[in-house]
Amino acid sequence: MKSVIKGAGYILVHTPDMVLRNGTTQTTERIVNPDSEYLKELPSHLRSFEQALSYWPNQVYIGNKTPDELSAVEQPWHDKVCDVNARNGKFGQIMPQEEFLLLMQSCDVFDLVKLDKDFVAAHKAALAANPLMDETIMARINDGVDGAEIARLVSEEHSEGLYDHDKLVGCVNRAHDIDVNLSAHVMHENLVSKASSVLALLSAVKNAGIDKNEVEYVIDCAEEACGDMNQRGGGNFAKSAAEIAGLMSATGSDCRGFCAAPAHAMIEAAALVASGAYQTVVVTAGGCTAKLGMNGKDHVKKGLPILEDMIGGFAVVVTRNDGVNPEINLDLLGRHCVGTGSAPQAVISSLVTAPLDRAGLKITDIDKYSPEMQNPDITKPAGAGDVPLANYKMIAALAVKRGEIEKADLMKFPVEHGLTGWAPTQGHIPSGVPYIGFAREDLLAGKLNRVMIVGKGSLFLGRMTNLFDGVSFVIQKNSGEETAAGGVSEEQVKSLIAKAMKEFAATLLAQTD
Amino acid sequence: MGILAGKKVVIIGDRDGIPGQAIEACAKSAGAEVVFSSTECFV
Repeated sequence: MKSVIKGAGYILVHTPDMVLRNGTTQTTERIVNPDSEYLKELPSHLRSFEQALSYWPNQVYIGNKTPDELSAVEQPWHDKVCDVNARNGKFGQIMPQEEFLLLMQSCDVFDLVKLDKDFVAAHKAALAANPLMDETIMARINDGVDGAEIARLVSEEHSEGLYDHDKLVGCVNRAHDIDVNLSAHVMHENLVSKASSVLALLSAVKNAGIDKNEVEYVIDCAEEACGDMNQRGGGNFAKSAAEIAGLMSATGSDCRGFCAAPAHAMIEAAALVASGAYQTVVVTAGGCTAKLGMNGKDHVKKGLPILEDMIGGFAVVVTRNDGVNPEINLDLLGRHCVGTGSAPQAVISSLVTAPLDRAGLKITDIDKYSPEMQNPDITKPAGAGDVPLANYKMIAALAVKRGEIEKADLMKFPVEHGLTGWAPTQGHIPSGVPYIGFAREDLLAGKLNRVMIVGKGSLFLGRMTNLFDGVSFVIQKNSGEETAAGGVSEEQVKSLIAKAMKEFAATLLAQTD
Repeated sequence: MGILAGKKVVIIGDRDGIPGQAIEACAKSAGAEVVFSSTECFV
């Protein structure tokens, strides 16, 4: 049984105060250079929620604009106002910080998140009005505490402050007095990841049009670790988020692999469904506070707004073949092996051409490639270049080398087979998967036949290996309903019945004669 | 030998560009002494 992509959800959360307080570029600067010009300048470069809404790449992420429409807009984009500034899109939504802090409290099952009672009173109705929030989630939000108590917790109990417009409105308490794995900082980071994953899960389940109880398994592929001093990365974000999202029939597990994890998780989900182990699996990931404002120094130096002010999240629903939705082809998997090597040519060969060669396909037989989809508006001013374009150039160079395209057509390749990046630099979030929502639509509409999703991960950052990693998979147009091996298809059954009826009619006619 | 012969070299590779290990191999083959090599991720 093949597995298909039934739907996807993409969400963003605008978190300007977390840029200041929780992004590692800023927290590091506060330690090593507390009086720096950067820290003084930074607040004046933060965007308002309205500015974040009218930012082109954000509207693409939630599905109100397409990658093609974005590529027609001249870069840079930070000084352009998108003609759509809706909070909700067909794939998900952009949530403001105030509502998200309440959602974080709802996702906390250990009474660690404390919010100012006035803040709760001011914003609870807004969250309740969110169509994705049901009574169960809202019932988990308490009335809050006095602001003075929050100030005391932050100053005396090592709690991590929650701020809104630079005002202390809440805190996350530590979950243990000594264990650094349960410190207020870690609990804050993990609760942000969990809450944004919950929002993504709710969006994906709604978009797929399935009942919450149909979900049997959830795979979380974010980059955080939850556990205590005896099992630092014990997990499990997946089941924790599924609980709050109300996926009562689901269990789950966490898949980790830096930015490559979403592609690994998608392959695992497809395999679990294809094997018959589960009928419906959801791959999900919340966002990462540490990466907020990661390239902020360059952005501030160049007079740009802080563009890394969005927490990202996504979820994809994978189900058994319904004869309609695009299939994940498990025969076309690429993988960077231990022995592959780290040269860019070797990397792209292992991820792109090796699986195509096994199937007798050319590079140009894939209509669209989705590698690292980082927004170049963020990376170019920081000196990291246009990451998607760099990937496309390498794939195109291989295509030239293999004689599949002319050298003169090298720069046409990114236009014809590529996409312009739109995803926030949230590590795993931009890694191939932002395109799945659009790809599903275009494959359903018959505009495309095959797309390849490529995930790459910087394993060396964990200092356990010097190796790089990556995997790829192909999503293709549905080839029709199927039956168990050895059985007959619906078409064959129809044909057999028609043949039998014709023969029966012929017999009757013969008898009449 | 090239301009790197006998030189001490510090290498910072880019995950999405040329990784440190690949630059290291080139630098060594050109006669350089690699005193530090790392690959970083900027996204």
